[in-house]
Amino acid sequence: MKVHEYQAKEIFKKYGIVTPREKMCRTVDEVMAAAKEIGIPCVIKAQVMVGGRGKAGGIKLAKNENEVKQHAEFILKMEIKGIPVRKVLVSEAVDIKSEAYLGIIVDRTEKKTVVMACKEGGVEIEEIARQKPEAIYKVYADPLLGLMSHKAREIGLFLYNDPKMAFECASVVSKLYKLFIALDSSLAEINPLVVDGSGKLIALDAKINFDDNGLFRHSDIEAMRDRESEDENELLAKEQDLSYVRLSGNIGCVVNGAGLAMATMDLVKHFGGEPANFLDIGGSSSPEKVMNALKILLKDENVRVIFFNIFGGITRCDDVANGILQAKEALNIKHPIVARLTGTNEDKAMEILKDAGLIFAKTMDEGAQKAIALLK
Amino acid sequence: MSIFVDKNTRLLVQGITGRDGSFHTGQMVKYGTNVVAGVTPGKAGQKVEGVPVFNSVAEAVKKTDANTSVIFVPARFASDAVYEAADAGIKLIVCISEGVPAIEMVKVVDYISGKDCRLIGANSPGVVSPGEAKVGILPGHIFKKGSVGVVSRSGTLTYEIVDQITKSGLGQSTCLGIGGDPIIGTKFIDCLELFADDKDTEAVVVVGEIGGRDEQDTAVYVKENFKKPVFGFVAGKTAPADKRMGHAGAIISGTAGTAAEKIKAFEDCGIKVGETPAEVARLVKENLK
Repeated sequence: MKVHEYQAKEIFKKYGIVTPREKMCRTVDEVMAAAKEIGIPCVIKAQVMVGGRGKAGGIKLAKNENEVKQHAEFILKMEIKGIPVRKVLVSEAVDIKSEAYLGIIVDRTEKKTVVMACKEGGVEIEEIARQKPEAIYKVYADPLLGLMSHKAREIGLFLYNDPKMAFECASVVSKLYKLFIALDSSLAEINPLVVDGSGKLIALDAKINFDDNGLFRHSDIEAMRDRESEDENELLAKEQDLSYVRLSGNIGCVVNGAGLAMATMDLVKHFGGEPANFLDIGGSSSPEKVMNALKILLKDENVRVIFFNIFGGITRCDDVANGILQAKEALNIKHPIVARLTGTNEDKAMEILKDAGLIFAKTMDEGAQKAIALLK
Repeated sequence: MSIFVDKNTRLLVQGITGRDGSFHTGQMVKYGTNVVAGVTPGKAGQKVEGVPVFNSVAEAVKKTDANTSVIFVPARFASDAVYEAADAGIKLIVCISEGVPAIEMVKVVDYISGKDCRLIGANSPGVVSPGEAKVGILPGHIFKKGSVGVVSRSGTLTYEIVDQITKSGLGQSTCLGIGGDPIIGTKFIDCLELFADDKDTEAVVVVGEIGGRDEQDTAVYVKENFKKPVFGFVAGKTAPADKRMGHAGAIISGTAGTAAEKIKAFEDCGIKVGETPAEVARLVKENLK
């Protein structure tokens, strides 16, 4: 789960990391009032959860009241990478002396939490990792003891020559690590971490992503979810214990298991079709779950054919078959349905579906090809 | 021979009285696995599918000499279940539970690293050595004893590929799912090291997916160290960036962890990659004469 910059900064403040004086606003009037309070010049920053806001023109410095109004009007009407800007952050214009990068992730290869630092701030860390990985300094935390103070100082001393700055930075690193662990984050990033004119360290930008698997123990974080900026159907699916991601094609795929669901999308593409979605109905699927899955799938008006690819294990094919029958009637589904149901209770499933007007396939290859042929 | 599980496996089921635990205990017993004990704190004295239930893993190990454990407890109790099994001297722990936070897994992996104990998972569908033992939730009927090792990050996709290998006339030595989470106890390379020494394994199929760089590391390992033929498949060629595709570990971050980069790594290192699951089975069949 992701949160906006302004939300991440609220968390930073709770943990004692210094952020600029700023205020989240939804309208031009709110921006005007906030700018007066914070002081002009100020910076107006679009709040969308995608990278490249600056490049897209979603972050602007306003030098006078006129510009505040202009920029606010402009940014609040923007779309960045297809996402409408609904909120902006009005932020004090910080006098920047230097910029650095500070980030924490769980390193999948080392199986440890790693703190990463780079003397160049404000740039995308993935870019640096690709072009000059030696510029990124890494320190691993002990899984059981956490990030020892001397490790935090090591980061500080890498970034700053002045020992006072280095130790102040070490304190920021420790706080960032503390919140990372406490909140089950998957990414906590300050980019850039700046030194201002008075020699103070300030987190100019903030990004925190959370591990979905940890959300069950953080209801306060779940409450921060911006439902407006997430796909409504993806959220609905999650609530029903389904996993759905919308794509741009027209063959709706219903599959059990994430790996097989991806392989099914790939197979549709392989034979020249375009998958409309990723949809994993999970294990032990009841007829009701199939019904819910179809409800979500059919909200996508691009879908013209539905392709069921079920490899029964814990999932029983007869449950899926009953779900298809019930949904067909209850939702009045007119779309052609190609069904490939194999494994546990497949014979019962065939019996249930024999008069339902479905197109059957023995293998996933055959199913994908039949689904594509139906579009012609 | 086989790896991880065989006729000597003495299996203990943690969470045996739960819905999934009891159902799959029945399935594993039916397959012929030697299930010797179950554990659910507070439920000692019961029997599930004829298997005695104990209050703790330590007690169960003392009474039954269990050497392998399979965990079916809800995600929030899974890390403690692993600690308990490791502390009781269990040598192989297979964690089926899905949804364990990554930060918990970091601690779990670190805790057991100093012990004589291996963890598979979390979020693993289990391990099967056909004709010997089945530990986990993989459907027993698709397997056939043979010489192909299969290791995968997925569940049902593994069944699909195993099924096609079996239908092509070949069998398997051991098949396992290592789990779809970012932090897992056993990785592809750990399995390949064991397959290398297993005289019954003639070839290995590695089933990867988007996210992380385990496939890339595996490719290099195979090129430098692994003498038997390896075949690959990577799921998620059509997956968009920055979206979690079901598995917690299946996410392309920015431009890293794509299927294309993994397929290239496999091919650069001499691993034949199937475009589709059916093609993987075909490649194995054609090259294993």
